[in-house]
Amino acid sequence: MESAVKNRVYINGTGCLSPQPTLGNHSFLEELVSEVTIRLKAIDPNYKEFVPPEMVRRMGRIIKMGVAAAKTCLSDPSPDSSPVASLTLAREGSKPPSGGWGVGVPDAIITGTGLGCIEDTEKFLGNMIRNNEEFLTPTSFIQSTHNTVGAQIALLMGCHGYNFTYVHRGFSFESAILDSLIQLESGRAQSILLGAADELTSNSFRIQERMGFWRRKPVDNLTLLENPGRGTIAGEGAAFFLLERAEQPTTYATLDDVEMLFRPNSSQEISGQIVQFLERNKLTTHDIDLLLLGRNGDSRFDSVYDEVTRNTFGEVASCGFKHLCGEYMTASSFGLWLATRILRAQRIPDIVKVERKPSGLRHILLYNHYRGINHSMILLSKA
Amino acid sequence: MPKRIYITGIGIISAIGDNVSSVFSSLETCKSGIGEITLFPTLHQGILPVAEVKLTKDQLLAMTGNSDSCEFTRTTLLGMIAAREAVESAGIGDMTTWHSGLLSATTVGGMDRSEVFYGEFLENPSHGRLRNIVNHDCGDSTERIASFLGINGLVSTLSTACSSSANSIMFGADLIRSGKLDRVVAGGTDSVTRFTLNGFNTLMILDKRGCHPFDEHRAGLTLGEGAAFLVLESEKVVEKEGKKPLAELTGYGNANDAYHQTASSPEGKGAFLAMTKALEMSGLYPGDIDYINVHGTGTENNDLSEGIALERIFNPVPPFSSTKTYTGHALGAAGAVEAVISILSIKHGMMFPDLNWSTPMKELKIRPVTNIVRDLSIRHVLSNSFGFGGNNSTLIFSKIN
Repeated sequence: MESAVKNRVYINGTGCLSPQPTLGNHSFLEELVSEVTIRLKAIDPNYKEFVPPEMVRRMGRIIKMGVAAAKTCLSDPSPDSSPVASLTLAREGSKPPSGGWGVGVPDAIITGTGLGCIEDTEKFLGNMIRNNEEFLTPTSFIQSTHNTVGAQIALLMGCHGYNFTYVHRGFSFESAILDSLIQLESGRAQSILLGAADELTSNSFRIQERMGFWRRKPVDNLTLLENPGRGTIAGEGAAFFLLERAEQPTTYATLDDVEMLFRPNSSQEISGQIVQFLERNKLTTHDIDLLLLGRNGDSRFDSVYDEVTRNTFGEVASCGFKHLCGEYMTASSFGLWLATRILRAQRIPDIVKVERKPSGLRHILLYNHYRGINHSMILLSKA
Repeated sequence: MPKRIYITGIGIISAIGDNVSSVFSSLETCKSGIGEITLFPTLHQGILPVAEVKLTKDQLLAMTGNSDSCEFTRTTLLGMIAAREAVESAGIGDMTTWHSGLLSATTVGGMDRSEVFYGEFLENPSHGRLRNIVNHDCGDSTERIASFLGINGLVSTLSTACSSSANSIMFGADLIRSGKLDRVVAGGTDSVTRFTLNGFNTLMILDKRGCHPFDEHRAGLTLGEGAAFLVLESEKVVEKEGKKPLAELTGYGNANDAYHQTASSPEGKGAFLAMTKALEMSGLYPGDIDYINVHGTGTENNDLSEGIALERIFNPVPPFSSTKTYTGHALGAAGAVEAVISILSIKHGMMFPDLNWSTPMKELKIRPVTNIVRDLSIRHVLSNSFGFGGNNSTLIFSKIN
C-alpha cells in the first residue's frame, strides 16, 4: 500500500472553458447558464487575454479555447493558496518560465479531441469545393491538423517535451489520461499538462442533427436529465489539468486510474469491469462516495446508467453533469473538472442534483459512455 | 528495469506492394511507386505525382471480403489489409488469448468520403448521404479494424500529423512496459485525398518531379498512401509461446520542436531531442546505429533541419536514406510504413537507396545511400518521423541477439 501512496498523481491545476462560466476558477457553478435550447455553446472569453493579439484573428476557435483553458490551468490560483506561478518557479527541478506565460513549463502535453479542428477543416474543404481547387490559402489547412491545440500550446510556452494527441471518439480524453498516468508512473515526466477540446460548428451540429443525435424540440438544459426523451443537447468545451507527482498547496485531488471498455456486450459486463477496476485500486463499490454519470437525457442511451447503478451501486450517491456542458466526444473532461472541484471544495454545487446524499467525499467514480460504444471509468480521490 | 518489447509480426500495404513480400521485392529492385493520380478527378492530375496503392476501392473491398462501398473508407480498407497481415505473420489465431489492444493512427480519417458528402451538403444542408459522413472521424477506421481482427480490448487512435503512427507504436510499447497489455497491434493508415493534396499544394511543398530527399535541388514532398502495422508483444508472451521475434524495439522518443506550426527549426532542436531520447532509452551510443531511415520528405526545410540534427548527434553520420522515394509520404501511416522497412533492413541485411538523389546539399557534409547495399549485418536501425506542430519522433529497432 505504501508504494501505492507514493505513486499518486496529483491534479494541481485546472482550467475549464465550457457553456457555463467556469473559466475564471473563482466561483464554482454559482452563476449558471440556463437556456431553452438544443445546442450549448461554450462561453468565449476575451481571447486577447490568452493569445498574442496578432494571432487572435487567424487562430481557429478550438485552438483559442484550448489555449485559454490551458493557460488558466497553469496559472490556476486554486482556492486559499498563493498563485501557482510562484510555486511552480520555486519547485525543485522545474524549468524557467517561457513564452510570457509566467509559469513553469510542464514535461509533457497530452491532449484528446474527438473531431479536432472541424471549423478549419470545413473552411478548407468548402473553399476547395467551391473554388474547384483554385485560389486556396494554407492557414485553414495547417490549422485543420488534429494535434494543433497541443502543438500551439507547446509553441506559445516553448515546451519541447512529449506531445501526443488522441482522436478516438469517446476514448480521446481517456487515452490521454492513460498515457499521462503511464508517463508519470514511469518517471519519464514529473508534470503533465493534460487536456481535451472539442468545438461545435453549425455544420457539425446540423449533420449530427440529421443523424438523430439531438432533441427535436429545445429543452431547458438545467432540467435535461429530469426530462428524458429521444436525443440530447449538443455541447462543446475545453478542459485542462496540471498533473504532477508531488502534492502542492494547490492540489485539488488525486487522479488514480482510468479504464476503457470498447463495445461491451451487456450492462452486466460493464458492472463486472467496474468492480474489477475498483479492486485493482483496492476499493469496493461501498468506498465510492459519489458516482458521476455521463447521462445526457437520451433515453436510448441512459438506460445503461440505470442498469449499472442498479446492478452495482444500489446505495451510492449519483449525479449527472451533461445538463451543464452538453454532449460531445470529450465531455468526460468536463466531468473530470467537476469531480476535481467537488473533491477540493468538499461540497456538491446545488445544480448538480444528487440522488441520495453522500456521507463523505473521498472517492469519486466517473462513468461515461459515448453512444453505447466507448465506455470509460475514471477514479479520483481526495488528496 | 525496462522490459523488452518484441516485434513478432508486420503487415504493410503501400504504393510499392500490397503485402510485405511484394514491398520487399520492390525495395530490392529499386522500383518506386510514384506516378500519376488516378484515384479522383483533380486539377492537379498530370502535374503533381502521388504514390497510390495500385488497387481500386472494389479490389480493396474484395480483399477484405466486403462489398458495401459506403461502409468502409479507403483508409479503413488499407488498414484492415495491413493489420490482418501483421496479425497473421505473428501467428496469432485468436486475439483474445492475451490482453490485446489496437492502436491506429490517421491524419484525415474518412476524408475520402467526407469530400463527396460535403459538396452536396454545401449546396443544401439537407442533402448529402449521411452514409458518406458517418466514417469521417479518426476513430471510425480503428474501430472497424478492431472488429475485423476480433480485438475487444483497448482500442485507440493517435493523430499527430506525419509522426502519428510512430507515436502509436510508442504508446503501444508503453502499454506493454506498464503491464496494461501483453500484445498490441500498432500502426497507422491514410489514403490520398483531394483535401491533403490541395492542402500541401497551398504550402507549395509538392515536388512536380517526385520527391528528391537530401538533394540540393529538392523541391518538396510527394504524397503517398498506405497502411502498416506491427505486432508488439511482451517478453512473457514471446517466452510462453516460444516465438521467434523479427526484431526488438529498443528505444523511442518524442519531442516538440516548438518553433513553428509547420516549419522545422533551423538547428533541428525537436529532431535532436527525439533522437537523443531514443538513444538514451536504448542504451546505445550513436556509433552503434548501422542505418538511419530518415524522415527525409524532400522539402527544403525538413531535410536541412533533420540533416543538421543528424550531424550534431552522429560523428560520422551512419548510412541513411529516405524510402519516401519509393512509397511517397503516407502521412499518418508513414512512421509505421518506415518501421516495417527498417525491420526488413535488419532481417535481410540490406539498405534501400534514396532513389532520386544526384547533388549533395551545400549546407551538409552528409550524403544518402544511393545504391542498394546487401549482405550487411545490420544490428540497429533508427527511424525518424516528424510532423506538423513540431511533433518529432524516433524509433530504434534492433536485431534479436
